[in-house]
Amino acid sequence: MRAAVRLRGLEKRFARVHALRGIDLDIQEGEFFALLGPNGAGKTTLISILAGLTRASAGSVEIMGFDVTAQYRDARRALGVVPQELVYDPFFTVRETLRLQSGYFGLRRNDDWIDELLANLGLTDKADSYTRLLSGGMKRRVLVAQALVHKPPVIVLDEPTAGVDVELRQSLWSFIRRLNRQGHTIVLTTHYLDEAEMLCERVAMLREGQIVALDRTANLLQAGAERRLLLDLDTPDLPDFLRPRLQGRDGNHYILDLPDSADLEGILAQLRAAGIGIRDLALRQPDLEQVFLKIMHAHR
Amino acid sequence: MRIDEQPGMSGFRTLLYKEVLRFWKVLVQTVGAPVLTALLYLLIFSHVLEDHVHVYPGVSYTAFLMPGLIMMSLLQNAFANSSSSLIQSKITGNIVFVLLPPLSYLEFFMAYLLAALIRGFTVGLGVLLVGLFFADIEMRHPFWILVFALASGAVFACMGIIAGIWANQYDNLAAVQNFIIMPLTFLSGVFYSIHSLPPFWQSVSHFNPVFYMIDGFRAGFFGHSDVDPWLSLAVVLPFVFLLGGITLRLLKSGYKLRH
Repeated sequence: MRAAVRLRGLEKRFARVHALRGIDLDIQEGEFFALLGPNGAGKTTLISILAGLTRASAGSVEIMGFDVTAQYRDARRALGVVPQELVYDPFFTVRETLRLQSGYFGLRRNDDWIDELLANLGLTDKADSYTRLLSGGMKRRVLVAQALVHKPPVIVLDEPTAGVDVELRQSLWSFIRRLNRQGHTIVLTTHYLDEAEMLCERVAMLREGQIVALDRTANLLQAGAERRLLLDLDTPDLPDFLRPRLQGRDGNHYILDLPDSADLEGILAQLRAAGIGIRDLALRQPDLEQVFLKIMHAHR
Repeated sequence: MRIDEQPGMSGFRTLLYKEVLRFWKVLVQTVGAPVLTALLYLLIFSHVLEDHVHVYPGVSYTAFLMPGLIMMSLLQNAFANSSSSLIQSKITGNIVFVLLPPLSYLEFFMAYLLAALIRGFTVGLGVLLVGLFFADIEMRHPFWILVFALASGAVFACMGIIAGIWANQYDNLAAVQNFIIMPLTFLSGVFYSIHSLPPFWQSVSHFNPVFYMIDGFRAGFFGHSDVDPWLSLAVVLPFVFLLGGITLRLLKSGYKLRH
């Protein structure tokens, strides 16, 4: 498998900001990859460099093996970008917009694919409406359609679900997943970490222009976040054998550290042996948000 | 599913088509309004000056005025087309739609240049057609008419691209239009022959390149001009190359477009 996106020593300096500080990253073909980070971490700058909207100060960027500067035509043909901002051309209808975008990529007679995009994104009945008259969510769908109009092997989605209702979010992800299954590489930035956790096989976390974590999502969850056991007991005090695990309280519940779920059986047996009743029990699974906060805190 | 890929010129053709469609969709505003403005100039100036000013023998003042008005409208609208399209795209953010595709800076340049010329020529033609109702207009040297319309339109189209790229807001563009474009066109002999000016202002007029554009263009209609049309062409052509070169350089560098 070759790299769909390859970054080497990528640097970007603006007048007063060092936005990217030596990024090395390979995103493999067919991956569903998340690029996470707080505001100002450099995600959008990185995406802008991939797209040729911003020029790197140093380093190299390749899309499907094509250098984004020296082979910009091939690199741009291989890339579809859904920008973060809700932009549109007020002069054109949805279909006109998609036909024009097809033409820019050297494609004619693209209406079959345009119709399929419109159908998949729930835009068929808006095809002849002016984009400026659509709601925010609908405009976002048009942007997604525009990014896909030339069937790029690599698709970058920069906060695609910001301001989008739940129903569209679900249908959008279902469509993007299908594209991923068909072999498209997906690079996603989002502030909805549950989406990244659910969709992405691998995650890179950026902070102040540097990658501070890069691993498979499952590995990050395994290594980075703690599993918690929440117990509400029928005794006023926590038994001594559980005190080393105590992390805090949440109402009537003790929050206990449970790094290995196999320990649960032993805890329950000890409680039974001590004659302590359990009024309520819950397990809090590790999630990407916890991992994210922990990693960001560690690199503060 | 079949998608025909046309590498080569398709991107350029689409961008040109889009730029033309953009002004064509609002034809009343982009063509009708400037034609009406020119018509008002024609009615007012010809009414006031028809019997008082005779510039060339056998040519009425209204007929004299026509080429100047046509050229002024052509130039202003060539500038307006490229500059307003770019500033709107930059401010609304939809400039990314033409920056993300595999278009070269040369294709970008040619598309904006030609679209501006098409708008300028459409308005110019509109002014000419309306003017035919008010004056007998002959076209003795169509070659000069075409050469000066193309060269001068190209200069103003390039100025529009440069201004559109440079401007950060509509105010910047309005400043260029009001403080550069309008004075250059109004003080170029649209409404008069510079021979009717005092010697000082005649000399000043010779430093205005738009004077040569209009004078050369007018020579194509009447066979008369204030200066030799070849001299006018020798002044105008370097501006075509200079502004074309500056525009291409800006686009290649990505100035204010690709950060």
